[in-house]
Amino acid sequence: MNLYDSRKKLAVAGVLCGAVAAVLAYFGNPANMAFCIACFVRDMAGSLGMHQAEVVQYARPEITGLVLGAFLISVATKEYRSTAGSSPMIRFILGMVIMIGSLVFLGCPLRMVIRMSAGDLNAWVALVGFILGVATGTFALKKGFSLGRSHDTGKESGAVLPILLVGVLVLGVMGLLKASEAGPGSMHAPIILSLIGGLVFGALAQKARMCFAGGIRDVILMKNFDLLTVIGGVFVVMLIFNLAMGKFVVGFDTPGIIAHSDHLWNILGMYAVGFAAVLAGGCPLRQLILAGQGSSDAAVTVLGLFVGAALCHNLGLASSGTALNAETNEVVAGAATPAGKTAVIICIVVCFIIAFTNKRENVK
Amino acid sequence: MKEVDARGLSCPEPIMLTAEALKSGNGPVKVLVSEPHQKTNVEKLVKDRGKKTKTKEIDTGFEIVIE
Repeated sequence: MNLYDSRKKLAVAGVLCGAVAAVLAYFGNPANMAFCIACFVRDMAGSLGMHQAEVVQYARPEITGLVLGAFLISVATKEYRSTAGSSPMIRFILGMVIMIGSLVFLGCPLRMVIRMSAGDLNAWVALVGFILGVATGTFALKKGFSLGRSHDTGKESGAVLPILLVGVLVLGVMGLLKASEAGPGSMHAPIILSLIGGLVFGALAQKARMCFAGGIRDVILMKNFDLLTVIGGVFVVMLIFNLAMGKFVVGFDTPGIIAHSDHLWNILGMYAVGFAAVLAGGCPLRQLILAGQGSSDAAVTVLGLFVGAALCHNLGLASSGTALNAETNEVVAGAATPAGKTAVIICIVVCFIIAFTNKRENVK
Repeated sequence: MKEVDARGLSCPEPIMLTAEALKSGNGPVKVLVSEPHQKTNVEKLVKDRGKKTKTKEIDTGFEIVIE
């Protein structure tokens, strides 16, 4: 099975992934989060007690499903390959940057597309930053950026992250981990549905090489629209879902969508995400998929996502979302925090240092 | 024959290196990659340039010879 050889199949894969996200939103996931990788990794970090934000703690079965789905399909189709050794600590830092940028904007690139499909203009503003970030990363690639070669390792190494995440899911189901009683962390589809959704999404994303940063990067680099087609599929399905459910509202500051209208910080947050994702070879979703198909380097990036999420909530880097005060019925605007702004600036500086110090000619 | 060893490199480096090699000469080029999707990417790039490829699986991945 190969979904990668025609644009039509890629579009179908995107539509199916969009359908999974829509179904999970229908059955209880926060609607405009649906299947946000950054949010769900953040929730899982919370369930493990890595941060203490009580409203965002839940061992999301979608994350386990994604990695496990990619793992199982890659083993079944002989694409599983246990590799490691391509600058793991730099990838760890890039994972942290991706998470910090995402939580200042309030969503990963996948959620940005989902928010765009709900009419949230803040997400369209952030898209500008994301494209600029991807373009900067692509420029670095053209200038010879490389994190070096990975090498084959013992088969077991690549299976560690999938197994760990199954462990987290089992502990979560047994009620041994933290779980929010209110807020986004308490909103979720039934566990079995979330797991199946994750498995299907993971398998499709592995076969279609779905990547939100790669989609834009390939257009800039070689006018190739293949990967963008998959994302188009997700966008169209979620747009139809939002229209059908009456959740399509064009505007800024829409209560109910967890978002804020600090335009500069939406742009810079997603700039950092786009930049770091190109340097790491893929968006957060792609990192989970690559980790599932045996890349310990991608698994280290995923660990960076977890640590980044913990830092965001322990140090107050995550932005607040615009919300309706139930008592006064007033709209309270969300905002990026001073600590979050400082962190994003540090992240962007770090990306530039990584981008222009790691050169391909040093690769043996 | 010119050789591009892109084994173990992250996307999109394998296709960037292949494109560079194709630009700098007309002779055949041998490209080595590790992952199946990188093999597909290289084959697609070459097809778009109107050239033909012969691919075989090797121990460390794939060997693609561009005519």
